[in-house]
Amino acid sequence: MTGFGRYIPVLIVVVILAVFFKMMGGDRNPKEIKSVLIGKPVPVFSLPALTEDKPGISEADLKTGKPTLVNFFASWCVPCRAEHENLMRLAFEEGVPIIGIAYKNEAVKAQAFLDELGNPFAKAALDLNGRVSIDWGVTGVPETFLIDGAGIIRYRHWGPIVGDSLEKRLMPQLEKLQ
Amino acid sequence: MRAFLLGVFFFFSVSAYGVAVDEKPLADPVMEATARTLMKEIRCLVCQNQSIEDSNADLAKDLRLLVRERVALGDTPAEVRAYLVDRYGDWVLLDPPLNQMTLFLWASPFLFLALVAGGLIASKKARPASKPLSKAEKLQLELLMKDAEK
Repeated sequence: MTGFGRYIPVLIVVVILAVFFKMMGGDRNPKEIKSVLIGKPVPVFSLPALTEDKPGISEADLKTGKPTLVNFFASWCVPCRAEHENLMRLAFEEGVPIIGIAYKNEAVKAQAFLDELGNPFAKAALDLNGRVSIDWGVTGVPETFLIDGAGIIRYRHWGPIVGDSLEKRLMPQLEKLQ
Repeated sequence: MRAFLLGVFFFFSVSAYGVAVDEKPLADPVMEATARTLMKEIRCLVCQNQSIEDSNADLAKDLRLLVRERVALGDTPAEVRAYLVDRYGDWVLLDPPLNQMTLFLWASPFLFLALVAGGLIASKKARPASKPLSKAEKLQLELLMKDAEK
């Protein structure tokens, strides 16, 4: 091995290390499955409201002319509890309308969860068999979708909005739309 | 002892039932077979390296239900796959299809093979050809051989 050839092994190691650190760095979650719905209109759906006396919710409720968040939650979901404080902040300090969809959760239990921690939702719906959540490509709760005024999905936050993910991930996406 | 063995036997016989059979199979055995084959091809999105047929995650159960429902409605296997890919992306299929996104994945074995072959050829070329010994070297070699014989 002479000349350039002798540096090839070194080069390979450097490239491998570079890829390794790139993948390890940042807040990339390898378990996260990228949503294929980004840039697409929200799925057509129709769900009953959490409280019986209110009208049901459909995709029409998401074409409001301003950004809206759709949060999939459940009373049995522990990370949902952890992110709740941030949802309250988004709703009452930032004034972002949030639509809550209770995933496979009885109305009474979902309601009790909101009574205990506060209700950040402008509207809330029930997805008892989880079928609408499948249409949204939800793999577990919590998941939060950012919808623009025209009803196009712009961003999906996978997992709870905790730690710095509100400031670093969700807020910049929201600001882009406002 | 006998009771213990019997207990062990029953424990394993129950756990052997596995997952997908806990639900209501389709009445038509051909459709059920189609649905079962599909379930083996679809990734559980919670436990990620299991098929939905193997997984006992709640979402996997819902997806099994969905697959059976689509098959019963007369969807072809390709249509059921497309239905799930529309929602979860190619990742939901355990066997990734060849398309723009997966081109590197499919081409990488050949790429690496070519890289190694190229490396081997290059290193062979780089090796200098051996020259015959010069007169002085031959003499030195002979002396050494004689030394060794003594």
